[in-house]
Parts: sequence; structure tokens; C-alpha cells
Amino acid sequence: MVDQANINLPEGSIEKQTTTLNLGPTHPATHGVFQNILEMDGERIIKTESTVGYIHRAFEKLAERRPLYQITTLTDRLNYCSAPLNNMGWHMTCEKLLDVKTPKRVDYLRVIIMELSRITDHLICNSIVGVDTGAYTGFLYVMQYRELVYEIYEEVCGSRLTTNMGRIGGFERNFPDAAFRKLEKFLEEFPKVWKEFEGLFSRNRIFIERTKGTGAISAERALNYSFTGPNLRAAGIDYDVRVHSPYSSYEDFDFIIPVGTTGDNYDRFMVRNEEIWQSLSIIRQAYEKVQAFKGTDADVYHADAPEYYLPAKADVYTKMEALIYHFKIVMGETEIPAGEVYHSVEGGNGELGFYLISDGGRSPFRLHFRRPCFIYYQAYAEIVKDTMLSDAIITLSSLNLIAGEMDA
Amino acid sequence: MSLNLDIIKEKLEAQFGDKILSWEEPYGMPTFTVQNDHNLKVLTFLFDEQGLGFQFLTDITGVHYPDRKGEEIAVVYHLHNLKENFRLRMKVYAPIEKPDVYTATGLFSGANWMERETYDFFGVNFIGHPDLRRVLNVDEMDYFPLRKEYPLEDQTRIDKDDEMFGR
Repeated sequence: MVDQANINLPEGSIEKQTTTLNLGPTHPATHGVFQNILEMDGERIIKTESTVGYIHRAFEKLAERRPLYQITTLTDRLNYCSAPLNNMGWHMTCEKLLDVKTPKRVDYLRVIIMELSRITDHLICNSIVGVDTGAYTGFLYVMQYRELVYEIYEEVCGSRLTTNMGRIGGFERNFPDAAFRKLEKFLEEFPKVWKEFEGLFSRNRIFIERTKGTGAISAERALNYSFTGPNLRAAGIDYDVRVHSPYSSYEDFDFIIPVGTTGDNYDRFMVRNEEIWQSLSIIRQAYEKVQAFKGTDADVYHADAPEYYLPAKADVYTKMEALIYHFKIVMGETEIPAGEVYHSVEGGNGELGFYLISDGGRSPFRLHFRRPCFIYYQAYAEIVKDTMLSDAIITLSSLNLIAGEMDA
Repeated sequence: MSLNLDIIKEKLEAQFGDKILSWEEPYGMPTFTVQNDHNLKVLTFLFDEQGLGFQFLTDITGVHYPDRKGEEIAVVYHLHNLKENFRLRMKVYAPIEKPDVYTATGLFSGANWMERETYDFFGVNFIGHPDLRRVLNVDEMDYFPLRKEYPLEDQTRIDKDDEMFGR
């Protein structure tokens, strides 16, 4: 050590000195509005304190005044990288409560949409991991295919990011031909692009050295932290809601659940990669099944649930019942049955649960969202303890934290 | 041996007797209510007992029932046995003047923030929680917003005059 005779410091204070670093609330590396107060010893993280809630919007409270169909717009804003998935999950929760049975074709169309949004979710996450390890190109390259998926959404429901897609009982209208054409284009072109993207990373030495062994969590700890989704599967647990409690006819599809072994950043990346391939295969199967519907069956896009599904406009002008139902639905004057239901779907980040309690009124008595992000973010402090700052940033992006879902 | 509801009922009732207050099954999810000072004991039993193994905590949340005198605040646990793929819902009710239940953080690390969130919105005091602070709301807040006595703003009010955000 250099002679420090002229600096008057107490004995041992240089060795003990730590730095406090604010990572966030608005920092390009945090991908959302949340703060981590890091206690640093050089580049090593000793302690992390996470603060969330910067964009808390009281959705659970707002939902207590809204009729069911108006809550769909709230679910958009949870995980906005895969908004249609949240929408579908919410519709299915309502259908469970209202005892509405959806036709098979609706289920398959929903599967297509849900898997497309899973792809966009994983695509963003994985390409952002790339950006954080210093490879920007891949991100921009695959982004054009997210754009194509958004165009499919646009054909289906008219909007792109916060989609408000579908209705209780099905979709607001049948998928137009243009949507299917774009889907075909996506199915044809995207695999090549994703293959190339994968080639850029999965065997890339720089990438492997940045991600392998960093940000790891064991299977026991991940379970204890209530991890779900790709983050749990990367640790080696094959829990997937689509298989464990199938919804929307997922039991009709053939796919595998990819699992990792170590739960580190590389495994999370690879699990999401493989899930994209599996999603593509599911979409192909679902599209085949959808095409198998001929004649009038091919025009089915919603369940027969007049009390909850808006009637066709032409009927509203000509039929008394349709007019009444239209009015009751739009004004939110439909009484929903009392009861409590929990329904969960495999969201982009894990088990997205809806716990809905109704007391027989017009809006939920209580609605709680089980947001996977919120639940696994608490493990961040434990995961990044004693790692380097630069690894902590990759961990943050490979966990795929979406501030909207965390804060609800 | 696959797990079924009869086994769970039998084991719980043998262990806790009348501390298990009621059973129901709304929309296919087995639900039971337990006396509020026994929540941790039951959770631990469900976690440890051979053949039960509810070792995955899906969710904790609160509900406020203003009409139920003496048990206004409900804390709802969703548990999952991943091996057997069996879901279970457990409820405890506590009076609003003294909403005390025991923390589950000793069993589930993931319960930490879930309980903080429940405290944040309903004021449930989780006894033994290592760090019971608000998590989503601001620290200075002095009420628990998801309780029913705090209504949402009246949509028809006209007394607001704000150039930027008023209506």
C-alpha cells in the first residue's frame, strides 16, 4: 500500500469503505422505473435494496368500480410486452365465473394470439439481454418481426401495444384474411431470422462468458421464492401452467417444456429461445386446426353468451332483445354471479393469476392480480449479492422485469 | 398415492380439529378457513407433513369485508403442490381493529413482498415479518387504500377546477 502518512484516516477505514450506488429509478440499464440502492465494495455488490411502486396505478381498486369488460384495458397495462396474453387470461377468468363455454375455434384462435405474444415477450427479453452484453444489432434485427406481430394484432383488433383484444366469450370480430396472410408471412420468415439471431449468441464466446454462471439461482431457492415461468424452468423445474392446468384447449397441442439446469442468465436465455421455437410449433398446429374448420364453422368467433357478448350492430337496430343486451352490457348493468374464482395462464413471465371475488354486483368485489414479476423481483437482492455490477445488470434484464406488471 | 381432497381434510382435521372452521369448493378450488392464530401452524403442517407437500406459495392477498363484524379482514393464501398438481386455498379472518396474523416468510421467501403488499393495502400486521414496510405506495401514506371505506373518486363531481387535469 502507498504511504498515506499525510492523509489522516482512522485505522482500517480504507478497507471498510463502501460506496452507495443508485441504479435507477430512471436509468437506461434498468428497463423500467424502479430503483436499486446498491452497497458496493469496489465493483462487488454487498447489499441491494429494491424500491418499486413508481408506476403503481391502483388497478385492483379501479377494477372494483368497473364492469368486467372495462377491466380488460387495465390488464393490457400489466405486462405490456405481451398484452394480448393478459387480455385472454382475463377473459378466461370471466368465462370461468360466468360459466361461458367457448367454441373450439375460439380456443385455437386464442392460442395463436397467446403464443404470438409469448414470442414477442421472449423476443424482447432475449434481444435486450443481447443489448446489455454489448450486441445491439440483434435487437434491431428481430424487432422488425415484433413489428409484424403487432401488425397481426392490428388486423385482429385495431391496436398494437395495449391491445384490449377479444371479448368475454371470444373475439370482437372474425379474424380477417389479412391477419392470416400476415401470420403465414411471419411463420415463414421469422424462423430464419430467429435462427440467425440464435447463432449470433448461443455459441458466442463473449456472450457465454458474460452470462454463464452469473445471476444463478438454485431450483430450491427459486421454488421458495415462488418463481414461475421461464425463470423457474431455467432452474430445472418443469412447471408450466399450460400443461399443469390446461386452459383454452392447450391439451390438444403437442409441445415440450424446455428446462435449464443452473438457473443462470445463459440458461434463462436458452429456455426463452427454445420456448420461442415451441411457440412457433404450437402456432403452426393451431393454424392447421383453425383451417380445418369449413363452412359455417369457420365463421365462429365467439361463444353464444348474449348476456355478456355484444350483439351484432344490425340486430341492435332491429331486435328488441339485442337492444336490451347491448344497453345492459355497454352501461355495465349486467349483474355477475356471486362467487370467487382463481384462474391463471402462463404469461410471458410466468403464472399470471387473476383472483376475482364477486358479491353478485355489477363489478368485482375484489380483484387481485398475481403478477409474476412482482413476486420474483424480491429475489434479485439475493441473486446479485457478491456479484459484479455489470453482471447484476444482465441479471436484471434476463429476469425480464416489466415495471408495468410489477406495480399493477 | 395421489393426493386428493379427502386425505387433506382428514389430515388437517386430525391435526387441528375445530381450528379448521369451514370447507367449501367455489369453482372447483378447495378452500378452507382456519382460525387466525393458527395460520402459520397450518401452513407449516401443509408444507412439512408427509404426503401433503404444499411447498409452493402461489399468492397471498387480502380482502376487506366491511359487513362481517369481527372478521373484516381476510387474508387469502393460494397454495400449490406442484408434484401432485393440486391447488388449495386457505383463508384466515381477522378483526379490523387488530388484524394480526403470523408471517409465512419463515416457510416461503416469496411471502416477503406478498405480505408487504397485503400490509400496504389492507394494513394486515404480519407478526414476525422481517421488514414490514409499504412496498407499492409511498412510505408517508397513513391509510390502507384497498379497504372499502376509501371509495374511488366520484365520477360525477364538478367541484374540481384544475387547468391541467380538471374536467
